[in-house]
Amino acid sequence: MKILTIIFVDGIVFASWLFLVSVGLTFIYGVLRILNVAHGSLYALGGYMGASMVLYYLQTGATPYLTYFVLLGAALFIGIVAGSLIETIFLRRVYHREEEVQLLLTFSLFLILEDVIKLVWGVSPYFADKPYALLGQMRLGGIIYAQYVFLLPGIALASGAIIWGIINRTRFGKIIISVTTDREICTSLGVNVPRVRTFAFIIGAILATLGGAFTAPMTALVPGIGVEVIVLAFAVVAIGGMGSVGGAVLGSLLVGLARAAAIHLFPELDLFTIYLVMSLVLLFRPQGLFGEVEVRRI
Amino acid sequence: MNLLQKRLLSQSPILLAMAGVLIIFALLPFFIPRWGIFLLTVAWAKAILVLGIVFLLWGGLVSFGHGLYFAAGAYAAGFGVRVLGIHEGLVLVALGIAAGGGLACLVGLLLARYRGIFFALLNMAFSMVLYAILLKFYRVTGGTDGISISPPTLAGFMPPPEALRLVHYYFTLGLGILSLYGANRFSVSPLGYTLKAIRNNEVRVEYMGASVRKAIYITYILSGILGGLSGVLTAFAIGHVVPEYSYWTQSAEFVFVAILGGTGSTFAPLAGSIVFEFVRNYAFKLSPYTWQLSLGTVLLLIILFLPGGLWSLSKPFSRRWTKWTLHSNR
Repeated sequence: MKILTIIFVDGIVFASWLFLVSVGLTFIYGVLRILNVAHGSLYALGGYMGASMVLYYLQTGATPYLTYFVLLGAALFIGIVAGSLIETIFLRRVYHREEEVQLLLTFSLFLILEDVIKLVWGVSPYFADKPYALLGQMRLGGIIYAQYVFLLPGIALASGAIIWGIINRTRFGKIIISVTTDREICTSLGVNVPRVRTFAFIIGAILATLGGAFTAPMTALVPGIGVEVIVLAFAVVAIGGMGSVGGAVLGSLLVGLARAAAIHLFPELDLFTIYLVMSLVLLFRPQGLFGEVEVRRI
Repeated sequence: MNLLQKRLLSQSPILLAMAGVLIIFALLPFFIPRWGIFLLTVAWAKAILVLGIVFLLWGGLVSFGHGLYFAAGAYAAGFGVRVLGIHEGLVLVALGIAAGGGLACLVGLLLARYRGIFFALLNMAFSMVLYAILLKFYRVTGGTDGISISPPTLAGFMPPPEALRLVHYYFTLGLGILSLYGANRFSVSPLGYTLKAIRNNEVRVEYMGASVRKAIYITYILSGILGGLSGVLTAFAIGHVVPEYSYWTQSAEFVFVAILGGTGSTFAPLAGSIVFEFVRNYAFKLSPYTWQLSLGTVLLLIILFLPGGLWSLSKPFSRRWTKWTLHSNR
């Protein structure tokens, strides 16, 4: 019974993290029909930016309790800057090109950003664990948990709710949906489609940097975290269905719980569970759980 | 004129070009320094895998995980030497081809259903699984240390140590030329044309009665076979196999070389691979930390401004070449 509780708690925490890193990917795909391979780099950028901002802020000697807002600010800043640059300079040129060209473009951005991160922040591990240590620990079912990890489900819920709200409850959300459905009609009705796309990409980018920034205090930042993230996030998104936010929720819960179970019951199988879940889902539903079947054009 | 003559004549531009390539590369070692021979060997070996990537690109498919087959071939050779105690190069080559092709038969069953991003990233996922296996089961695979391969005999003949590099070079060149010729025949075969048609419009190909899934499955197996062969030859040349062969950066390099060379001709991967190996050699010397950065930038520039790759630069020349060979035969 105890082990079940632990698996459940670990699974939920991991699932929240997965949701944070994958919801931006699926959102961008949903609106722009581009799989952003550089999403992992945006995550890494958010992490490094958050960590260095926190360290800089703590040097000034101000109260450490505001570091959470520093993390938030860093994520917003780098998300907006990187997101708008990537969309307006590069992605805009390939919307009309073939899918594989779009893939290769974001892939080359990924290569470039990986090295840019190394150039700016160096290759040695980066620590900024003040926000993590600040919250202290608690006992849950005989196991000591850092309370910080319970911040993740909260952030995941909040960003999920905000995304849902933007899409379903605002004018901008309605415009996004119509641009996704029919770009030409939207243009003729006077919607500034390029601008909508830029904003949508920025929202997705901010979600990635948020995930990175709030994970940064929990782990050491090392080069190469970007690729881990894009592979995991893709697995989650593929399970849930490309472009579906609800699918991302379900996908991250499935993967999160499965992986937590594997870690506690069969530790060697850790990585394989994710691909196992993915292969099983894709075998029976190639478009993912919530994905729409693509209409093939003749 | 009998049938055989006619067939040979229709192939004459390609046969002539093939012979030209063979002669040039057979003579090249006498004009370049020893380290250049090593780089050329690796370039040829990797170009074989890139041929497979180009096949898939004809069908509109990008694979970010062909390091999987590269590593499968290389480790097949490694295990062949270490576990099975085989020291004959030709047997090891067969083993590597079997490993790459066999794995592709299995993985292809699942992947032939997917296109676009799913195909690209599922390949990447599979290659990362192999990477994790190679890394974690270090008792069998040697973990990050990898497996070292002592130089094998070739057809029962053990090359003397001082000529080892040269022998490996000619061995790789021979198999490389064979693959190149095979790729050329493939590109004008019904299957090759089906692939190009699939890229244009998959549904219409199905309406005409061809099985898209079968075409992609067979092509995928071919690319796996080429990958295995390429892995074995690289393992021979370097003498050591490491899990990084299956890491995503390795697969990225293959895709990069394919795009750099272009998909317009089966010679393009070779050109791309040679340019790549030599440029990398110098780029590493100049600035080791920005290697991926330069890779990404060049890839970006090619995608945006030179969609046909380096090969498209030679188009005016190659048109003249075809015309000239056809005229001189008439």
